[in-house]
Amino acid sequence: MRALTWHGKHDVRMETVDDPEILNPRDAIIKITSTAICGSDLHLYDAYIPTLQAGDILGHEFMGEVVEVGPKSTLKKGQRVVVPFTIACGSCYHCNKHQYSACPNGLPADNQDIAMPLYGHEMSGLFGYSHMTGGYAGGQAEYVRVPFSDVGPIVIPDGVDDDKVLFLSDILPTGWMAAENAEIEAGDTVAVWGCGPVGLFCVQSAFLMGAERVIAIDHFPSRLELAKKFGAETINFEESKTYEALMEMTGGIGPDTVIDAVGLEAHGFFVDNVIDQIKASTFLGTDRPHSIRQAIIACRKGGRVSMPAVYGGFVDKFPLGAFMEKGLTLKTGQTHVQHYMPGLLNAIMEDKIDTTFLISHRLPLEQAPEGYKMFHDQQNEVTKIVLKPGMQLAA
Amino acid sequence: MAETQSASRDDAPASAAKHQDQATEALIDQQGDHVVGRAVTINRSRDELFAFWRDFANLVTFMDNVERVDVIDAQRSHWVVKAPGGRTVEWDARITEEEAGRLIAWASEPGADIVNSGRIEFRDAGARGTVVVATIAYDPPGGAIGKFVAKLFQREPAIQARRDLRRFKQLMETGEVATSSRTRAQLEEEKA
Ligand SMILES: NC(=O)c1ccc[n+]([C@@H]2O[C@H](COP(=O)([O-])OP(=O)(O)OC[C@H]3O[C@@H](n4cnc5c(N)ncnc54)[C@H](O)[C@@H]3O)[C@@H](O)[C@H]2O)c1
Ligand SMILES: [Zn+2]
Ligand SMILES: [Zn+2]
Repeated sequence: MRALTWHGKHDVRMETVDDPEILNPRDAIIKITSTAICGSDLHLYDAYIPTLQAGDILGHEFMGEVVEVGPKSTLKKGQRVVVPFTIACGSCYHCNKHQYSACPNGLPADNQDIAMPLYGHEMSGLFGYSHMTGGYAGGQAEYVRVPFSDVGPIVIPDGVDDDKVLFLSDILPTGWMAAENAEIEAGDTVAVWGCGPVGLFCVQSAFLMGAERVIAIDHFPSRLELAKKFGAETINFEESKTYEALMEMTGGIGPDTVIDAVGLEAHGFFVDNVIDQIKASTFLGTDRPHSIRQAIIACRKGGRVSMPAVYGGFVDKFPLGAFMEKGLTLKTGQTHVQHYMPGLLNAIMEDKIDTTFLISHRLPLEQAPEGYKMFHDQQNEVTKIVLKPGMQLAA
Repeated sequence: MAETQSASRDDAPASAAKHQDQATEALIDQQGDHVVGRAVTINRSRDELFAFWRDFANLVTFMDNVERVDVIDAQRSHWVVKAPGGRTVEWDARITEEEAGRLIAWASEPGADIVNSGRIEFRDAGARGTVVVATIAYDPPGGAIGKFVAKLFQREPAIQARRDLRRFKQLMETGEVATSSRTRAQLEEEKA
């Protein structure tokens, strides 16, 4: 099959590799019909995430048609499914609590050691996202092997467009969970840092959960424009001072709840470095925690902080004093995708949530390397790229 | 047989001891002087887990470095285990203690390539299932140098025991052992 493989910084290629096979009883093989490039993939593209190996197949946002099933899969050939990016077993302690992204059973035992020194625990398996999360081949390919196919993938009714439901795989549940973690109360003002796909779904979700106002912060005009379309007020941090603007816009109280949908972005972390540093018990500042610092400082006293944004290592100058003195609460985590999929599929079917607005570009899978470059270089114009295997190459 | 209670002993398990001699003292059977201990919670009943483990022939499904275990009789089994450099080490083990649904302890018999003993306990954890605690004591092959070599080959028993228990948990909770291989050929290579 054809697949997008990683070879190093800004070096991803389309290659021909062996097709995936059923290896465990609960597996299914999915023929990909749509797969997206995520902001998180850019961390890989920029080589900020360690434990990737040359030749790894990327992609964790995908859907397609079931073409083969293991004896314990409950899927049927021909069904269309969206696959959650977190690999969870559905029957362990964490899965029973619906904390799917904490499930250790999808992560091969040897890989579980990688995160231990850094986090004290193993993470869950993820598709196409380095060997720390299992080294699973991702979905930016023609076919993918999906473990635990009896509990992960959600079946999509016939006649519903891929574009409408694809984002159930990651960013829609992520935006939704972030808004839920913000514990929005009627009348609240919610401030969202970052108007990427995650931030934009936070905006929609926050209004659906009863927020009176949402204030969205970014520096890309076209992304801010999208936030505005959903009813948010905007702050362009290149034109205005974020803290001052927020305080004025909330009558000096500050936003009741703040959401960081930016993350480590430009500054990565390096596991070997981090582990060495832990061992030496020395101080380390690797991630770029600018937005979470700002969010904590702006948040009203007794307010809530929600952090869907990804951080990997340690941060420098975390405003712990402000956090304590103001009595804030923080909720975060990799998204428990499986928990949110059914409800959000309903919301899409009932037209309560708009998902297709996000897609700025559709490309054939063969043009994935160009897609990465575009998404990386032109964030203002490119909000989301969906790759389609078999789509005719543009002339 | 030692439940040494020095005045300073806390409630932490022996395997967490900072000083190994203190740990070995607390072991049921003092065969082998390096101790490896791991606790893991498995969402299955004590009886189910005990029954699977008690059939030593099953152990090969999740113990990566075990080539095979031949059950000789109700008390004895013969172990063939992968060692660094493509070699194998072998021994006969005999069950030294057994309590249905609760505990299995075994020890190598005289003449073993690696002198070792182990103990696996199954404790009720209410709605969480069962806490499985494994304690393994062994003499590293070739002393300190053998252990160094073993480490290079990632077959160091502490790592091995930890990974084996994770695979045991996966197998019991999900019916399979996780692999991120894409093809059968890759999976074979991984297991080799
Ligand atoms: N928790 C999860 O499970 C999960 C899932 C998916 C993505 N994520 C993470 O969520 C974050 C956002 O993802 P995305 O796909 O929307 O990424 P993205 O890169 O498309 O969007 C980030 C946005 O933040 C803006 N930004 C940068 N610095 C800012 C600042 N100081 N203030 C305000 N805005 C700023 C950027 O201009 C950009 O528009 C990433 O860290 C991603 O890894 C987490
Ligand atoms: Zn994603
Ligand atoms: Zn689980």
